[in-house]
Order: sequence, then structure tokens, then C-alpha cells
Amino acid sequence: MEKYSIVIIGGGPAGLAAAVSARDSGIESILILERDKELGGILNQCIHNGFGLHTFNEELTGPEYAAKFIEQAAERKIEYRLNTMVIDISPDKVITAMNRTDGLFEVKADAVILAMGCRERPRGALNIPGYRPAGIYSAGTAQRLVNMEGYLPGREVVILGSGDIGLIMARRMTLEGAKVKVVAELMPYSGGLKRNIVQCLDDFGIPLKLSHTVVDIKGKERVEGVTIARVDSRNRPIPGTEEFYSCDTLLLSVGLIPENELSGNMGVEMSPITSGPIVNESLETNIKGVFACGNVLHVHDLVDYVSEEAASAGRHAACYVKSLTQNAATAETDNEDSFIRLCPENGIRYTVPSTIRIRHMDESLTVRFRVSNVYRNCYVSVYFDDERISRRKKQIVAPGEMEEIHLTREQLLNHPGLQTVTLKIEEA
Amino acid sequence: MYDILIIGAGVSGSAAARELSRYDLKICVLERAEDVCCGTSKANSGIVHAGFDAEPGSLMAELNVKGNEMMEQLSRDLDFPFRRNGSLVVCRSEKDLPELERLMKQGAANGVKGLRIIDRTELREMEPNISEEACAALFAPTGGIVCPFGLNIALAENACVNGAEFHFNTEVTGLTHEDGIWKVHTSQGDYESKIVVNAAGVYADVFHNMVSEKKINITPRRGDYCLLDHAAGTHVSRTVFSLPDEFGKGVLVSPTVHGNLLIGPTAIDIDDKEGTNTTRDGLDQVLEKSARNVKDIPYRKVITSFAGLRAHEDGHDFIIGEVQDAPGFIDCAGIESPGLTSSPAIGEMIAGIIRDILHPEEKKNFIETRKGILNPSELTREERIALIHKNPAYGNIICRCEMISEGEILDAIHRPLGAHSLDGVKRRTRAGMGRCQAGFCTPRTMEILARELHVDQSEITKSGGNSKLIVGINKDSIRTEDGSEDRIKTDSTEGRN
Repeated sequence: MEKYSIVIIGGGPAGLAAAVSARDSGIESILILERDKELGGILNQCIHNGFGLHTFNEELTGPEYAAKFIEQAAERKIEYRLNTMVIDISPDKVITAMNRTDGLFEVKADAVILAMGCRERPRGALNIPGYRPAGIYSAGTAQRLVNMEGYLPGREVVILGSGDIGLIMARRMTLEGAKVKVVAELMPYSGGLKRNIVQCLDDFGIPLKLSHTVVDIKGKERVEGVTIARVDSRNRPIPGTEEFYSCDTLLLSVGLIPENELSGNMGVEMSPITSGPIVNESLETNIKGVFACGNVLHVHDLVDYVSEEAASAGRHAACYVKSLTQNAATAETDNEDSFIRLCPENGIRYTVPSTIRIRHMDESLTVRFRVSNVYRNCYVSVYFDDERISRRKKQIVAPGEMEEIHLTREQLLNHPGLQTVTLKIEEA
Repeated sequence: MYDILIIGAGVSGSAAARELSRYDLKICVLERAEDVCCGTSKANSGIVHAGFDAEPGSLMAELNVKGNEMMEQLSRDLDFPFRRNGSLVVCRSEKDLPELERLMKQGAANGVKGLRIIDRTELREMEPNISEEACAALFAPTGGIVCPFGLNIALAENACVNGAEFHFNTEVTGLTHEDGIWKVHTSQGDYESKIVVNAAGVYADVFHNMVSEKKINITPRRGDYCLLDHAAGTHVSRTVFSLPDEFGKGVLVSPTVHGNLLIGPTAIDIDDKEGTNTTRDGLDQVLEKSARNVKDIPYRKVITSFAGLRAHEDGHDFIIGEVQDAPGFIDCAGIESPGLTSSPAIGEMIAGIIRDILHPEEKKNFIETRKGILNPSELTREERIALIHKNPAYGNIICRCEMISEGEILDAIHRPLGAHSLDGVKRRTRAGMGRCQAGFCTPRTMEILARELHVDQSEITKSGGNSKLIVGINKDSIRTEDGSEDRIKTDSTEGRN
């Protein structure tokens, strides 16, 4: 069986950044397994720009952003296999995969980095009633058809869900000659970035109807129209508010789900909130030597933060691999390491990571989180056990925009015996 | 001139075609859809009922028990997924116990083997997720689950291999009987035949009433379902029914042969024979009623919902036989539940009726068995390695959720009565049937279909007819309308994301 120090599952932005950083941390033997025909993942179909502002200080399109990382991986001669589907990862890190040329094969890894990304929630997950004709696409599927293959999936479009892909596709379909009639959003706020609402809907005069959902789909062969209705505070459609839109296409942008079937099968512990693995400060899961980063860990808004997070996972995976050879004893005592718990409370849905072991922590740690509602003029407060140690004023926080705070190693060391770090939203 | 024309390539029509293809007969199946298994046969519970529900002495009771007994051997002969997982009828109140007893007696009268009533403790040992209220259940070890597409497609393929023709996109519009010959008028011209078999599902009454003075009436009885992901597939291991009421067997909770969990159906009588739309109310009923017998169903794992129409005849029994005032016209009508279970027996019965009319010779070279689409996940590691080595298409995964390879899709397209639409591929291989519901594989499967069928991708449909998946190419409307294709692009804000 082939052996590698680190095997990375997925060659999208997370996998590439993790590979580059692991190599720069001194790991020679790295393999990326990618199921698609090229590296770069979903970025390859994201031909709009706005990528890379944080990472490269310039505005890039998705494929340009991906190309930078593909180039970095190529410069470092990092090994990868394309069109390769991983079908199983065992808890002792034997990866079973297949492709056309190698057939079914196994590789053994010292460390595994999970970077499989996410998938779109389908119509069925929402139980939208109606017929099941052609013309109902998840926004990402439509994006692939339009941006990579040049096909127009429809001419008159209604979009359900205001996630970023839905917003981007509202603009794209318009530019390609389709008429986007309305974007309906179940929640009283958008799930997408503010800038996308402005640039993809407002600039094109596409109405966004908040607190609305699709209650019926008409058309037996191809979509002929959809009915949308206002919903009440419990998200139930309000009778009498139905409006019919004739259209041939319904695009769904109703959420992304981290793609964790492989992780779950190998025994990685999952968070019911993020649907991703529960990780410590090193982005390591409950299985030692198995790390996770990018959208498989929790769904991000900006690829720049994916790259940053993945670099950290790559670095920590490298440390883990080195610790195996340098000092087996250290690795053993890790098991008894004490850790600090991160508690999301009062308006904070989750944090990544969930625990911190100070000994393994970098000088500074980025804690990413999302809020559960829109809050205006509030504070994001951090408590060390019962003591509030910081609060940051925010004009607005919203579920559609990931937030972060930074904790320093020094800060934590100054609080001996610290057990929990709590994040909460407090009113101003 | 045909010996036999069968209207409908659903499970009954296909079963009849397969049984009749044992004889030297010229057979043609007329199907208005683009594929087999496009009506009632594609949207049902996929249950092989034990046979205790139907009234003793009814045709339903007889054919149910017989079909159930035949299913196992048939699944081996024709290579489709079938599993005898057993079924439970759950009783939630002591006062309903006599009803459970009555069902058991009825089952025994119908010839169902192994029925027994189990108590609270045994029920929980069998099904840990059964509701707290459940106090007893009727256990039917002969109950099973089958892939409804697998069964229907296998029967049709085998009939086709044995010489039966299948004409798709051929809708029957009228029937006339002259000089002992049936003239069948269709959207594709007229056909002539000695015998017509009416296996038209919810439309069987329409055709029957065209030829007979003794009218029948079929009401489409809609059933809404929700399908849950594999992660929920072991929530119960047997099929869990409620005590039946006047609308039938109620909402069930069952594993499927492919490892999903299925909940449903509702039973809502409607007028529209095409009304396969789910409704908010129907889906809410499925969720609510499924929770009565089984606790903690992970509803977050629902991946799709759908509705099917049962062909409910007023007399609530199968109508199978030569129509009295229409010689040579054989009804196969009112085939509602347990129609899928009964289908092998229905096929036999129809073949028997026709044999007595035409007295055909048996074929010497009848092919009794059929090999289904190879499922690589059932192979050993070594076999799978050898397979990919021999045919690399089996190493190329197209559907990530169900792990379906290009090899399986190619097989589905090129075998007898092969797939030519996305749904056709889906029903044969499961590509697109998983948790992402074809989000990833749609463009890839379209590409393969177009390549293999030598058509443009714009011709590929979801399920035939006007169900086109793409309507044009980028900016085609802008080009044709005013010739200035760059106008919108330059005005746009694309540059300042």
C-alpha cells in the first residue's frame, strides 16, 4: 500500500491551501485526491470577481484565485490525482479511492485533512409542494451549466433563497439574457452578503421579497410558474398572500450542507449546528491526526477565510506528523491535555474551534462564528469563565456574514485554571 | 397486425408482456410516456404486501398472496432488488386489539403464512424506535420491499428480449372493433390487433368505457411521500403500518431496498388523472402521521417528496378479464395497492386468459432470466479492481451521493429499452436519487446521454416530452433581439463586485 505523510481529501481552495502550508511547514510527502477533472473546486465555476481582496489585496475571479493556489502547489511539486473519488477513510487513516486509471486503490496516511467542501440543499429538504418538472435547479447547478458549458437553463427565472450563489446567479442569468422576476427569501433577512444584494439585485432592479417562500410549483413537464406567499413568524405561509409568477425556471439557493459522509463514516464527531466536524484549536477532529478545513468544517462566505483556515489546518497537520516521529511520548501525553471549552451563547450559533489546548495554540487564534439573527448596535462580548474580558461594538451582525474574534495565547495564559471562554451578543 | 396490443408499460402491462412473450405471439406495448414505469408504477411504496388486508375471496387477496410468493424467485430470475424484511401493523390502543385479531384471521383466510400478534416487549425488541404508545402489533414475516422501478424495468426488458415490441410516446386516442379485429388509434397512427390488454392505470376506465356498456369508474387517489437519506435508512428495519381505515393502509414507515427511509402515503381522492403534485397539506399529513407509530424520525434528512396516483375503482377490487360485451378486450383495471405485489400474478393471469383465446405455441427459445445493471458496490474488492481495469468507465464516479459510475450509466443507456432521459437513467441506476438530488450529476449525466445518443445536449430531457433541461445558449436572446450583444454586459456592474 502506498504511504503518505498527509493525504488531503479535496483539491478545492481549502485542500490546496492546506497542502501548500503543510509543505511550507516541512512535510515532503503530500497527496491531494480530487474528484473533479481539475483542481480548484467550485471556484472554477465562480467566474464573477470579488475573490482575493484579503489574501492577495486584489480583486480576482474564482478561476484566477484558484489558479494562484494551483500554481503554488505546482511550484512545490505537490502530488495530486484528479477524477479520483474517495469512497472510504478508515479510522486508522487508510483511504480507499478509485479512478479510471488506478482502479480501486488504498493509501495509508499519517494525517488526513478533510477538505471536501459542501453541497447545496435540494428542494426536497424544504418539502416545497407542487409538481416535479424540469426547470428546477439548485443555483450551483445552474451556475455550472451557464458558466462552464455556456447553456442557458431558463429564460424567466424565480429564485428561492438569497444565499450568495442565488444572488450571484440572479445577476448572471440577467447578463446572459434571462429575466429574473423575483428573489424570495424565507427569513426576514438575507442569507447572503450585503454587497451581493446591492450588486446583484439592487443594481439590476430585481426585487427581493423577505419572509416569502414558494408554496406551489406549476408545470408537469417544464416549470410554468411558481406561487410565492408571505410567511408568518413561524415560517408558515399566510393564506391570502399568494402571488403567482409565470416562469420556466426555479433556482434554489436555500443553504449549503458540509459534505461529511466520509467523515461521519470514519467516526468523526459532528456538530449538529454546523453539520461539520467538532474541532480543537488545531482544527483537529476527535480522531487524532484527522483535520478539517473550509466548507466541510463550516460554510464560509469568503474564500479568503477558507484559505486562511486551511493554511492553519495544513500547519497543524504538519506539526502532528512531525510529533509522530520526533517524540512519540509527547503525542501520548496529549491525550490527557486539559482544554478550554468555547461556549456560544445568547445569539451566537456556534464557534470554530470548539476547544482550545493552550500548549498547541499559536500566538494568536482566530475564532470564527455566526450569529442566529440580525442584531443592530450590539456588543460581541467575550467572557473568560464569568469575567467579561472584552466587548466589541457592532453596528450590525447578521447570520449571512461570518464573524471572528482573536484570542492570544498570552491572554489565556494570564488566566490560569480557565475553563470556558463564552461568546455572546449583548445589547448596547 | 399484432396478436396482442397492451396499453401501458407500467408494472401490470410489462408483467403481462413478459408472460405472453413465452408464446409465439406478436406483441406490442403502447406507452404514451417516453419510458416504461412512468405512471402509478413509479410512485408508490415499493412494498411487497403479505396479503392480510384484502377481503377474503377477492381477486386482490388471491393475487396479492400469489404475487408475494412469486416475487422471490422472480427477483432472482430477473435480477432486481427485493428483500423480505417483514411488516408490522401497529396498534396504539388496547381497544383496537380485536381489529388486529380480525386482520390476522383475515390474513390466515387469504393464505398468508406465519402471521402472529406480538406484544409490547417483543415489538420493542424488533423495532427500538417504535412509538411509546404502541401496545401490540401484527407481525407478517412474509412482507417485503422491492424496487418498483427495478421490478417494472426488469419485466419490460425481459419481455423485449423475448420479442415484445415497446412503442413509446404513443398515446392511445380511440378504439374500434371491426370483423373481430381491434383497431387502436394512437398519436402515432393506427394499430391493429386480435387482442387488446387495457393496463392503462388511472386511465383504464377511459378505455374500458370506450368499448363497453358496463361502465367502470376509476378515481385517482393521490398519495404523498417523503424520502429520507441513507443516514435514516435503518431507523426501522421492518415496514411499519397503522391499522387500516376506510382509505386504506394509512401512512407507513419503511426502509427501502436501497437503504433509504420512506414515509407516506396520504390518500386523497382527486379528479385530475395527472395530478401528481404534492401539496402542503399532504406533506404535513405525512410528517404528522408517520410520527404516530415511529418516534424520533429524523425529518431533517428528508431529501425529496413526491406523489403518486392509485387507480382506485369504485368496487375496490382488481378488474381482470375479458370484457363481456367487447370480445378480445382484456381489462387489467383498478390495479391499486397491492398491485405492485400482485403484478407477477397479474401477468400470469392475463397470459392465461389470452392463452385460452388464442391457443398459442410455446416458444422453445424463451429466455427466462435477465441480468440487471451491474452494481459494483456488491462486488468484492478484487472483482471491482478487475472490472475497472477491463472497463475504466466503472472507475469514473458520476453520482457522488449514490456512488454511481459512468459504467453503470452507459449500461443503462445501451441495454434493451435503454434510458434516454435523466429520469430514465435515475430509475435504472439511482444516479441523481441521492441526498443532493442530482445537483452535481445533472450536467454530467446530460453530457453522457447526449454523447451516447448522438444528440445535442439541448435535446436531453428530464422525462421526455417538453421537459427540456436547457432552453438555449448564453446571450442568445440578446443577440437575436437587437444585435448588440455587448450592451448589457458593458452597462453592467460586473466589474465592481
